[in-house]
Amino acid sequence: MADGSIGLWTVPLAVLGGAIRVSTPFLFVSLGECITERAGRINLGLEGTLVMGAMSAYGISYLTGSPWLGVLAAGITGALLGALHAGICSLPRVNDVAVGIALMLFGTGLAFYLGKPLIEPTAPRLPAVDFGWWSDIPQVQAALRINVLFLIGVALAPILYWAFRTTRWGLLIRTAGESADAARAMGHSVLLIRLRATMAGGFLAGIGGSFLSLFYPGSWNEGLSSGQGITAVALVIFARWDPLLCLWASLAFGGAAALGPALQSVGVTSGYHLFNAAPYILTLAIMIITCSPKRTLTGAPAELSITR
Amino acid sequence: MDSGRISRRHVLQGGAALTLGAAAGLRPAFAAETTIGFIYVGSRDDYGYNQAHAQGAAALKKIPGLKVVEEEKVPETDAVEKTIESMINLDGATLLFPTSFGYYNPHMIKMANKYPKLRFEHCGGLWSEKDPKNAGSYFGYIDEAQYISGIVAGLTSKSSKLGFVAAKPIPQVLRNINAFTLGAKSVNPKATTQVIFTGDWSMPVKEAEATNSLIDQGVDVLTCHVDGPKTMVENAARRGAFVCGYHTNQSALAPKAYLTGAEWNWEALYPKFVKMIASGEGIPNFYRGGLKEEIVKTSPYGEAVSAEARKAADEAKAKFLSAEGYAIFKGGLVDNKGKTVIPAGTNRGQKDPELEKMDYLVEGVLGATS
Repeated sequence: MADGSIGLWTVPLAVLGGAIRVSTPFLFVSLGECITERAGRINLGLEGTLVMGAMSAYGISYLTGSPWLGVLAAGITGALLGALHAGICSLPRVNDVAVGIALMLFGTGLAFYLGKPLIEPTAPRLPAVDFGWWSDIPQVQAALRINVLFLIGVALAPILYWAFRTTRWGLLIRTAGESADAARAMGHSVLLIRLRATMAGGFLAGIGGSFLSLFYPGSWNEGLSSGQGITAVALVIFARWDPLLCLWASLAFGGAAALGPALQSVGVTSGYHLFNAAPYILTLAIMIITCSPKRTLTGAPAELSITR
Repeated sequence: MDSGRISRRHVLQGGAALTLGAAAGLRPAFAAETTIGFIYVGSRDDYGYNQAHAQGAAALKKIPGLKVVEEEKVPETDAVEKTIESMINLDGATLLFPTSFGYYNPHMIKMANKYPKLRFEHCGGLWSEKDPKNAGSYFGYIDEAQYISGIVAGLTSKSSKLGFVAAKPIPQVLRNINAFTLGAKSVNPKATTQVIFTGDWSMPVKEAEATNSLIDQGVDVLTCHVDGPKTMVENAARRGAFVCGYHTNQSALAPKAYLTGAEWNWEALYPKFVKMIASGEGIPNFYRGGLKEEIVKTSPYGEAVSAEARKAADEAKAKFLSAEGYAIFKGGLVDNKGKTVIPAGTNRGQKDPELEKMDYLVEGVLGATS
């Protein structure tokens, strides 16, 4: 201990710290996708939205000196991409999955193109709140240096859960997702509801991206997302379209992502490729445990193109 | 600036065949205006491997009579052949630098066979007698610079625990880890290097997690071998650890934490290549070198480097620069599993091809290759 090392305690601490640090983008993208899918659309383009959000947040933060303006810009960019997705999907005979894939490529490509001059400069980062003040162990303090966006995400999950169940808006979104005909019969425009739901989803995914570039890892480069947006979209299915389960699934994924490096750092070096793949193994395991040939996915909105 | 280059190429497509294209492939030697093409696998300003090459290209742009065309983010597939063709036929390039490892075989070899009068220079490839004579490969012994980083790290660390964020356990990476560790141990026998492999060349989140885990273990000086060291450098500096850079100078990212770094020195080599061609002697097909040949260099020392560390590092540098050179991998070398990997009495000098097959981590490295 005298040399500042905390030995094997690094592993649980890194998994905890990783759950907090790595999970935020997963959390925002999956909550956003949850809203969109509950309204009956799948937006696979959120990977592109995440990367565009990361790029625009970094750019705006660099130009204005205010990271919070960057977060806002990321959200707006995300909402615009969401509007684009919803707009194209509202045309007749358009497949939302295909549009999503196209927008994923469009978003990442556009972000790489516009983000070229942003790789070199250093933009102001989002501040962190110190929750580790009670501990005099620097490792604990570092793990508990938490970004406000994470706290907002954690708060958002139960709020969404509540909103889906008890508010008028939640009911409308669910109606559009479960039965478009019912929503129409009630006199609501399904396309408008889905447009708003997709924009809200894009807004959250964009903010998830701003966390990547403005907090952790905390700079803009082209490998930044490396598929986290797609993973988060898959998390929604895994979490059965339940915002609270999205929160736990994101935390589990974040923790699992930290496991590989943490185990190597304490000397468990054999099979590190396997540990690096931990998040995916976790997904497979849960999918296998929860799947059943006797029923379809529980909780799946009936209007989704994959369940219809 | 990038959009300018792209659109320029599109504009050129119209008139190019008339003006430049006809001349390509027919030029006997370098004419008054020579065009040189650079191809990068990533972006030119990644604070890493590609930026180092782009700095070399920038040095060529300053030489009168040379025109440089560049293309970024060209994948290691037949896309690179198309880029080479367009650089030759549209821009009239007569000397090409496809800089990424995977461009060499079969892509660059195929193009060299197709355009036998043009010159192709590849970074990192292994040119052999059966390859075309108008192709060549060059590379630097950057482990010499890593050895010096190791000396500075070993004398700066308070915990004697060093960290290395590595991408994949391939010979080049292992050689850097080992040289860094041997450098540190030469001045601080207690020093150990904890290595974490992230599994790929660009994994920012994993690199950041690896950096945090290493620092949690008490590591206080870190270095890396990944494509873009920016993530490691920034995250380590935020946690108050010191860093040694790689590929290029990252001191601007963390001026207080940056000690020194192992850098490529392509801006010295590329003008040399051009001179060799202009003088008619040509570039050797297989070109290798280290600090002495000015293919690699070390970053200027940061403010945190003590006088003692500067002195030790300068002494080691002088040994590398001396006429007889200095062998990092000396006889009696034991790996971290206790096996003797270089028998006593045989010193493996930097040019020894055995070193290019390295598959072990030396004693003092905590980690495993698989």
